[in-house]
Amino acid sequence: MDALVNKRIKQVLKGDKDAFAEIVDLYQHRLFQVCFRMLGNRHEAEDIAQEAFVRAFINIHTFDQKRKFSTWLYRIATNLCIDRIRKKKPDYYLDAEVRGTEGLDMYSQIAASDELPEEELMKLELQERIQYEISRLPDKYRSAIVLKYMEELSLQEISEILDLPLGTVKTRIHRGREALRKQLSRQPHI
Amino acid sequence: MNACPERIVHFMHEYLDGEISREHELELKSHLQSCEACQAHMHELSDVVAFVKGAAHIEAPNDFNHSVIARLPKEKSSAGVSKWLRRHPVLAAAAMFLLLMSSALFTNFNDEQQFSFTKQENVLVEGETVIIPEGQVVKGDLVVRNGDVQIDGELDGNLTIINGTAYMASTANVTGTSEEINEVFDWLWFHIKDGAKNVVSFFEKEDK
Repeated sequence: MDALVNKRIKQVLKGDKDAFAEIVDLYQHRLFQVCFRMLGNRHEAEDIAQEAFVRAFINIHTFDQKRKFSTWLYRIATNLCIDRIRKKKPDYYLDAEVRGTEGLDMYSQIAASDELPEEELMKLELQERIQYEISRLPDKYRSAIVLKYMEELSLQEISEILDLPLGTVKTRIHRGREALRKQLSRQPHI
Repeated sequence: MNACPERIVHFMHEYLDGEISREHELELKSHLQSCEACQAHMHELSDVVAFVKGAAHIEAPNDFNHSVIARLPKEKSSAGVSKWLRRHPVLAAAAMFLLLMSSALFTNFNDEQQFSFTKQENVLVEGETVIIPEGQVVKGDLVVRNGDVQIDGELDGNLTIINGTAYMASTANVTGTSEEINEVFDWLWFHIKDGAKNVVSFFEKEDK
């Protein structure tokens, strides 16, 4: 996989856009997923994930081919997501829109300006509930939790993506898990 | 639960990260067997992991790839051109000048497909032929575009015919030079000579 990607990168460096389209094909779902989990909104996720690929294309000459390309891509995308989140209101994670994931026609849009009342919470589909709880995490913990459990990356990779020491990543994941534990225990269980 | 050492919760997270040492794991297990509160805590944390891992995989929209390619900046070669232009401003200016000049000349050449000529007295026009009748003297230069010239009399000046032919009678007399221009390149050459003459005369005037 890495050999193939590096070959495509060399072609892109020579100006071959079709080779870049192949790179997009390889990573688009993973990158879109991270953005969606971080932002909780398909439109924004699409915009940011596309922007991440565009930046990767423009800056591809700065990529060190001895390293893992996916790590580099994730890093661009998570930075863009965090920038986007911080540009929103300070109470962003309470304010985030929550949408369904698979079977998108049935998504319900919830402006969670406050904690949802119990009866509303009960109506959420499991997938909506997951996204709702994730969106309530502070972005520091959210990025670590999303990369660990939704992208299933190793702690080492997460530390490279977020440009944080391994110990800090572990702390964030621990705190993220504790925050989710409190969120879930306070409200009806699935 | 307050009585429980803080490190127990830390061990729980080490366990969930899959990075727990043998001693820590043994201590955690023996503690959990004797402490219900910590057991519940451990249980809830495991539930959190299962809950988050239950998130469905999400796929990018179908047209995602196309949208990305559409958003990419234009060809890198154009960036190269602008870089070159910035490095060679004089050459760039010269190239721009030539480009504008030549395009102006060619558009002129195409625009001027209509019959036209310099207005002079004593000149007759039949169809697209300019005639200087026998015995008449035309003073000054005569330029005819897209038409012929028939000279039976006398022209006291230069004759230029663009896209046409000069018919000279035996009585004809042209005191200046006579030129026929029929091809694009002749037309260009004529303009260059003309321009050069203008430039030269401009400098001559300056000298005076």
